[in-house]
Parts: sequence; structure tokens; C-alpha cells
Amino acid sequence: MFARGLKRKCADHEEDMGGALAGFRAVPSYSLQRQSLLDMSLVKLQLCHMLVEPNLCRSVLIANTVRQIQEEMTQDGTWRVAAPQSTGRAPLDRLVSTEILCRSMREQDGVHPAPGMGDDHVLGPGSELSTVTSAQTPRDPQNSVWEMDSPRENRGNFQKSLDQIFETLETRNPSSAEELFSDMDSSYYDLDTVLTGVVSRAEPGPCDGLQGLPPVATPASSSSCKSDLGELDHVMEILVET
Amino acid sequence: LQNTDIISTVEFNHSGELLATGDKGGRVVIFQQEQENKIQSHSRGEYNVYSTFQSHEPEFDYLKSLEIEEKINKIRWLPQKNAAQFLLSTNDKTIKLWKISERDKRPEGYNLKEEDGRYRDPTTVTTLRVPVFRPMDLMVEASPRRIFANAHTYHINSISINSDYETYLSADDLRINLWHLEITDRSFNIVDIKPANMEELTEVITAAEFHPNSCNTFVYSSSKGTIRLCDMRASALCDRHSKLFEEPEDPSNRSFFSEIISSISDVKFSHSGRYMMTRDYLSVKIWDLNMENRPVETYQVHEYLRSKLCSLYENDCIFDKFECCWNGSDSVVMTGSYNNFFRMFDRNTKRDITLEASRENNKPRTVLKPRKVCASGKRKKDEISVDSLDFNKKILHTAWHPKENIIAVATTNNLYIFQDKVN
Repeated sequence: MFARGLKRKCADHEEDMGGALAGFRAVPSYSLQRQSLLDMSLVKLQLCHMLVEPNLCRSVLIANTVRQIQEEMTQDGTWRVAAPQSTGRAPLDRLVSTEILCRSMREQDGVHPAPGMGDDHVLGPGSELSTVTSAQTPRDPQNSVWEMDSPRENRGNFQKSLDQIFETLETRNPSSAEELFSDMDSSYYDLDTVLTGVVSRAEPGPCDGLQGLPPVATPASSSSCKSDLGELDHVMEILVET
Repeated sequence: LQNTDIISTVEFNHSGELLATGDKGGRVVIFQQEQENKIQSHSRGEYNVYSTFQSHEPEFDYLKSLEIEEKINKIRWLPQKNAAQFLLSTNDKTIKLWKISERDKRPEGYNLKEEDGRYRDPTTVTTLRVPVFRPMDLMVEASPRRIFANAHTYHINSISINSDYETYLSADDLRINLWHLEITDRSFNIVDIKPANMEELTEVITAAEFHPNSCNTFVYSSSKGTIRLCDMRASALCDRHSKLFEEPEDPSNRSFFSEIISSISDVKFSHSGRYMMTRDYLSVKIWDLNMENRPVETYQVHEYLRSKLCSLYENDCIFDKFECCWNGSDSVVMTGSYNNFFRMFDRNTKRDITLEASRENNKPRTVLKPRKVCASGKRKKDEISVDSLDFNKKILHTAWHPKENIIAVATTNNLYIFQDKVN
């Protein structure tokens, strides 16, 4: 069933590891590895938005990888499609994406790392290939529980990331309302405003992708949040092909 | 180490006498082969710098608030029709036709002008004479003859000159345009894979090339590992392919990275036009144009990387776009790898070789030593283990002289020219 490269890789290199290391590092579960790959991919997609000119081929390939993982997680039942909620959803979504980017940085600061990630197993110690990025830092089991409990936030973040990639393809740097109107399919623009609830962006900052998310929900926008989620579900259905 | 010196494309002209390189700073440098000494044909001529010019400058797209890189993505030579040479060079958005001409004579003996250009006092002119051409030091001039702009929303990855020598195609991530070399204000869109809703985008165009002999046929490759052959006679918009080349996936090798490594980074027709070669992340495949369901030959470039795909995804190396090339007789194919290694595969003998392009290991005129990478287990002497490969030293661009066994290999900042041993 799990005829995936990730799992086989880990098994193959178990023998290669020294006895001292084997005692410390239990083999991370397939779902942990898969989650790590998902996180890494989402970070890569977010970073795409910060670049001047996102490489379209790279973005599409990463987005397809994310979709693959999400499809598999849906089949596993680990990616639960939740019912839409009212107010409060929007700010939580924003928190999630901040969380993903900042979490690994927090862990680098001092949180005790969990059993090593599959990649370390692949390469063995001291490999030149293991460049440390924030997403690759091993995650605490408690955090993974948080992940499992809130797939909806994941999904929201994932969906926004995908949308933002393709949005930037059309609008490039979403820093002015003007650009939203230039050289773009109007249908695309509509989806953009529905999902984010804003027409023009705040000033662009280093975390442009994050600022693209809707502001803190006000009573007036609660209904738009509902329709946001409805739209989100609809799009998710397309992706999941239920 | 200047960022702008990074070589981004290498191309021999049709005779092989000239070799053009483009770099990240928008410059084109052309090398010329010294004419052989006919008496002593021990060595072929060396390549020396012939011309250097700035092809593209950085631009700013005010509408999208984006800088347009001046990096030269591709250079293609036109066949020589007269004394001058012509080439097409392109960055992400604009294609330019350059004329490279020599000047080795100049007129001297004007009636009204001094040699330095100042006008003579008419009263001092007492005789009438005709200026004559006298030799001067060779000057090579490059001048832009055509600029083909504003036709691409996305980044241009390929240009290819048609065998009719009148038209050429340019391909970006989602569209392919057909141009006439004489006409700059109009181009025809012949392929458009942009979905109505960009959210549905899952596949992009990665490379395109005209068939070397059939002026109505071209191919384009995709990020999903497919190649489509199109016939322009079928319809104006070639969205429906005539042939679709795709190898079924090997289920035992399936992983989350399968699609990424199947993405084709380069496609090249053989000189004969019978075959085409594609390069994906781990292999080179040769396709017979008459067989769509699988390649006729597959060569593993660096299979030892298959178990490292997760790391290569993390450090983005998995997105590196390697090119490939044929030798003049279509019997050998070549492509680059990491650690400044490049690989050659002999299609007839089925032998392959790994060589390294580096200054420290090779002095001029020494024979290159074959290299070997050790995938796992005990490393033999002279072998290099996978973990010590330098993934920053990648050879993405290689070119083979159309007639002789001379190859040009570009590392990040340097160009190496190798030839096989004569006598």
C-alpha cells in the first residue's frame, strides 16, 4: 500500500546507521515524513511569493506534490474535510500559516527535536546534502498532534498557498489594486477577492504571502467568511475529486 | 566570483567554426576556431575570443513591478548566407537577431576629408582621387538587426529556427509563438496550454524544437514528462498534438518525487531527424519518432541520486535543468551532472564514460581521466562517494561540434573546450 520512496528509503538505510545512532533515532513514521514533506513544500510555495519572479515550472511541480500528499492523506482519512464555521475562522487561518513558518524557527531555538527525519537517515551523518532549512527541522510529537487535530487549518493554509501562487502568476506582486486589474482573467480576480476578502493589499513586506490573508474578522465580514469557506470547500472538492 | 559571469547557454554554429556563450549578465561571447595549419594538422585550431557584446540589459516591467532578468536563456545560430553571421539570443521576454560582421579593410584617400575625419580646407584640394581600401586590424562588430518583443507573458525557455530558415519558434511556460525573421511586430500563437482558470494549472511547457528537416513539424516537452509532436499543417493552433510520446511510469519506483524527476528539461532532435532525445532529472532517453509508447534507449545519468531525492528537493537541486546534445553523427550523446562531471553515452557500443571539467585535475593537452561515483558500500580507490559530490558544481550546458569531436562544457563560471586526441 505504501509503495512510496520515502518509506523505502528509510528502511534501506537503517542498516547503514551505526548502533549508537540507531538507539537514539527511532524510524519516523511514514505519516510524519509525509507531513514533513508537506510542510517543506508549503514553505517553498510561500517563499515563491517573496521572490521577484517565481519560476512557474518549479511552482507547478511543488503544488502538484502538495496535491499528491493531500490526496493520499484524504484517502487515509487523515485529512478530514470539516464543515464550514462562522467567525473566527479567518484569523485562525492566518495564525496557521504564521505558525508553520515560525514553528520550525522556534524549534531551532531550543525545543528538543523529535526522532530524526527521514532525510537524515538517507544521508547519514555529515552529508553535504543536508542543508538545514526551517521546514526540515524535526518536529515535536506534540506539534504533530496539533497538526492531526486541525487538518482544516492545514487545508486552509494549503489552499491559500496554492491560490496565492497562481494569483501571483497573474498579478505578480500583489501590492497594489491596480495590478489586480491588469492582464488577468476577471473570473480569477473574483475568486481571489472571495477567498481573501480584500481587494487591495497592505504594503508589501517580507512576508508578502502572509499579508495576503484576510484581516481579523469583524462582525460585518462574518458572512463573507462563511461564503469564503463555502468557496473553499468547493475548490477542495475539485482537488479531492470526491 | 561574479554572479553575472555564470554561463547560461552554449552553442556551436553550423560549421563549428564559431562557438557562442551567453551569460547571466546578458553578454554574448563568441569564440572562433583558429584556422588549421594545413601542413601540420597535428592539432585542430584552438578557440579564441572573437567578439563580445551586450545582448540584453535588465529591464523593469512597470505594470507588474517586476525586474526582467537580462540572463541569456538560449542562443541559436542561423545558417550562414553571406559574409556576416547571424544569431538569435533571448532572455525571459525578448528575442534579438544579431548580425556579426567583420571589418578588415577601410577606405583611405578621401578627397574632402583627412584621415582622422576632419574636413579639409577646400582651397587645398588640388587633385581628384578615388579612395582605395587598405587593410586594417580585424574588427568584429555586432549589431542588433531585429528585436522581437512583447509576445511572451511567461518566461521564454526555448527558441528554434525552422529548416525553412525564414521562421522560428519561441516557447515560454504556457505558449509557443511562431515568428518570421523579418517581421517583428507580429507573431502567431501556435500552442497555448494556459487553462481558463489558472488554479487548474498542473503542467507547463519546458522545451520546444523544430524538426531539422520537416518545416511543418515541431515538438514540445512538458513538466509531466510528455513530448508532443505537432504538425502546423493540421491547424493554425496546434493544441491537438499529432503524436504524444510518454513512457508509462514504473510502479516500483513510484514516490512523491516521481513527477518532478520525470519533468523534461531538454529535447533535441538527432541530426538525421529520425530520433529525438529528452533529458529528465535522472536519465537521457532516445525516442524513435515512429514509436510513441516508450523510448528506444534509456541511459542513466546519475541513478545514485534516486535515494537522495528528498534532500535534492529540499535544496532545490531537483529542479535543475540539464541540457543534452548529440554528436555530429548521432552516435554519441552527452549531458552534464554534478561535481562538474559530464557523461557521454555511445549508442552503438553501449559504453558510457564520466569525465570531469575542472582546472585542478586537468592541465591543457592532458588526457581526461574517467571518473566513477560510488553509490554505496566500499569505495574503491579513485572513486568518489555520493556524499562528497559538490552539488553547487553543476554542468547544465554542453555542446558538441557539428562535424568534429570537439565539445564545449560550461561549468558555473568557466567554459571548457575538449577535443579528442589527434594522431
